Amino acid sequence: MTHDDHGDEHHDHDHGHPHDHGPFQPDLKEPSEDWEFLEIALRELLIDKGVITAREVEDKIEEWDGKVPENGAKVVARAWLDPAFKKRLLADGNKAVAELGFEFPGLKLVVIENTSKVHNVIVCTLCSCYPRALLGLPPLWYKSREYRSRTVREPRAVLREFGTDLADSVEVRVVDSTADCRFLVLPRRPDGTDGWNEEHLAKLVTRDSMIGTALALTPQGERSS
Amino acid sequence: MTKRGVHDMGGDAAGPIDRHEHEPSLAERRIDAMMLLMRDQKRHLWLTDENRRTIESMAPGDYEAAGYYERWLHALRGLLVEKGVLTEAEISERLAAVRARYDAAEPTA
Repeated sequence: MTHDDHGDEHHDHDHGHPHDHGPFQPDLKEPSEDWEFLEIALRELLIDKGVITAREVEDKIEEWDGKVPENGAKVVARAWLDPAFKKRLLADGNKAVAELGFEFPGLKLVVIENTSKVHNVIVCTLCSCYPRALLGLPPLWYKSREYRSRTVREPRAVLREFGTDLADSVEVRVVDSTADCRFLVLPRRPDGTDGWNEEHLAKLVTRDSMIGTALALTPQGERSS
Repeated sequence: MTKRGVHDMGGDAAGPIDRHEHEPSLAERRIDAMMLLMRDQKRHLWLTDENRRTIESMAPGDYEAAGYYERWLHALRGLLVEKGVLTEAEISERLAAVRARYDAAEPTA
């Protein structure tokens, strides 16, 4: 592991919760890389020419900050509780998530179910296609050469790196996304959650469980392998 | 057989996955936002496939060296010029001005 600049966990421990900024706004980092200067130059030119406004950029950022894995988790928890919804979700992802107020414009959403016999995991070998509208921006590793290259070749080894060790009897299916078609994994409902309500169940549904690199959490809120 | 593009890496051998989490920076989120704005219904300047074409035709060395959002920025720049929204001369000039502004603001220690 050579990359220590990606939100190191030790770093977070020093500062409490990573989103807890305390009473003071941290200073914005000054641009230092070539591409950071280019970002500023292009944005300024587009604003000067009236192609976009600064407000539109801010609003778009805010819109996307609101797209978080908790949205996908609501969809999964509903499917665990409501068999008719699950049937609709697996038949037509776009239509079903719209029932919960989630839009998936211009793209086809296909939801695939993990069972005791089949485990699905999603990848985009060609770029970074991801169900962003339900999970937010993809994690860095999803876009990495290592994940994109290896997942289709040795999925079990990749899953083991994520701490997910599946029995040999479980069939592993790798689903390669495209620019026009996005997949979302419906993880298995954990045992021991009978009688749980939707909100409670949704807390067990992690981002990685909807990518397929992990299972849903145990009823105790722990990772299971 | 057709030669595989630089982006077509499925099945290649590669090392362990760096699973560190990374909170996108403000600059990265701005690039993301601008890209979406260029393709929205109001502007509709290009399609997703044109983004992909621009990124996937990068020279292999450049593609590998660039971070994810650097590739997006490369596409943004290329397509803005291609579509006649900006010229290369305008971009170079503004880039120099932005750099000069930050250099001037640099505290002298």
